[in-house]
Amino acid sequence: MAFIKCSDLAVGYEGKAVAEGLNFEVNEGDYLCIVGENGAGKTTLMKTMLHLTKIISGTIEYGDGLKPYEIGYLPQQTITQQDFPASVEEIVMSGNLSKLGLRPFYNKAERAEAKKNMKRMDIYDLKNKSFRNLSGGQKQRVLLARALCASTKLIVLDEPVSGLDPKVTLDFYQLIKKLNDEGMTVIMVSHDIHEGLKDASHILHVTGKQLYFGEADKYPESDAYKLLTSIELKKGAKA
Amino acid sequence: MIDQLLYYLEYPFVRYAIIVGVLIALCSSLLGVTLVLKRYSFIGDGLSHVAFGALAIASIMQVTSTTLVTMPITIIAAVILLKGGQNAKIKGDAAIAMISVASLAIGYMLMNVFSASSANVSGDVCSTLFGSTSILTLKSSEVMVCLVFSVIVIATFILFYNKIFGVTFDENFAKATGVRSGAYNLLIAIIIAVIIVLGMNLVGSLLISALIIFPALSAMRLMNNFLSVIITSAIISVIAALVGIIVSILYSTPVGSTIVCVDLAVFIICYIIDAIKTA
Ligand SMILES: Nc1ncnc2c1ncn2[C@@H]1O[C@H](COP(=O)(O)OP(=O)(O)OP(=O)(O)O)[C@@H](O)[C@H]1O
Ligand SMILES: [Mg+2]
Repeated sequence: MAFIKCSDLAVGYEGKAVAEGLNFEVNEGDYLCIVGENGAGKTTLMKTMLHLTKIISGTIEYGDGLKPYEIGYLPQQTITQQDFPASVEEIVMSGNLSKLGLRPFYNKAERAEAKKNMKRMDIYDLKNKSFRNLSGGQKQRVLLARALCASTKLIVLDEPVSGLDPKVTLDFYQLIKKLNDEGMTVIMVSHDIHEGLKDASHILHVTGKQLYFGEADKYPESDAYKLLTSIELKKGAKA
Repeated sequence: MIDQLLYYLEYPFVRYAIIVGVLIALCSSLLGVTLVLKRYSFIGDGLSHVAFGALAIASIMQVTSTTLVTMPITIIAAVILLKGGQNAKIKGDAAIAMISVASLAIGYMLMNVFSASSANVSGDVCSTLFGSTSILTLKSSEVMVCLVFSVIVIATFILFYNKIFGVTFDENFAKATGVRSGAYNLLIAIIIAVIIVLGMNLVGSLLISALIIFPALSAMRLMNNFLSVIITSAIISVIAALVGIIVSILYSTPVGSTIVCVDLAVFIICYIIDAIKTA
């Protein structure tokens, strides 16, 4: 049994599918990259896996010791977070929220977890800094540390490098690769088909429907890849 | 002036009024940040109008404590507005505007139709909209009710502080990790309703939004983390209420607008400090 197994899944809003025919699974230790053009339904698929959007049809099964809500999430940037008055520590700590249950305050173990993940993401010396004054790359590392507090098994990242400069982007990819090498299962949406894909073990290509799912090595030979790169080449020729 | 103040303070009802004023100010500042950041201001505005209509009904019913009537009505309205705001199909804004205006109209009409003497109506309406002309006219039953609800609001806020932070900062993340954010949104809406009903006693239904939002906006200019924003906003609100109440007693100005003016002055000062700091 896999961590996540989607069968004949259709995702969308208010009964209308934006992507359908999704059949794939994510196993422990995988690094799955989801690619596809803007509006392809990638974010919608992620939100559906996270129970934020209702399934249109088909099923998602969670197994192999992964509980349905045991997923750390790094959302695609939203505006509300940009000017929020909160310190790095407060935000990372909130990754532990679901462990609280009926308890009102965080305990020692949860504080230690937050500290550990801030150190892992190399943001511990920023812990009292305000989130809104951080650089884009620092912000993403804070949100990643929060995701790590929420799950030690699976993290889901929605375009974590959009808006970051090339060097910070590479650093961030390296950070994710390191997490994956340490045993963390990763699902990441990416637009960057070159650098973004090089560490992935599996690729899922969605554009309204599933165009490719399989090992990353075989992806460059697929028709889906040729389609994607030919679009890129055309764009390149125009620019 | 000090003498005059001490003279007033000898009366127990003056002291009670000040205690109640401070408690209400404290409560109302707590959720200001959440209201602003979750874009819930619309609920605050809508509810204050509902509370006005409810108060009109309560005053007709001649109950001992109007709060006990206005509270449940306003809480129910809060729940409806919250659900309406989340439903994309109903135009949330239009529904709220409708409820607000309808409550105002019904409230005013009821007050006119059932009022004992027509001379009192404009006075009653005025004090419901802008708060009692003097906080000293608070009845002792109201004082007790205010006290009890203030304590409940403060205790609830402290107990749910971390959850309120979580659903305010990033509702989707909280939901994705299994936090029942719907329930906490509901809790936030209910606390807002309670605060609005409490605050109406102090500043009236038209000015209550200011009491909730100004201290939060001021604190957000100065502070960089959530906890210190909340604490600063509580301190600002309490000081503004104290100053406002004392000024209103000494110079017989209307208490609600005096407090709001102090809040506004503090906001302007904080704005300038922030502008100087960033320049
Ligand atoms: N809340 C919503 N209600 C209705 N339709 C939506 C909603 N959010 C997104 N959509 C639509 O669903 C489609 C898929 O959107 P989605 O955000 O999943 O795309 P995406 O693949 O993540 O794109 P991007 O690369 O730009 O992030 C789009 O056509 C979008 O307009
Ligand atoms: Mg997206």
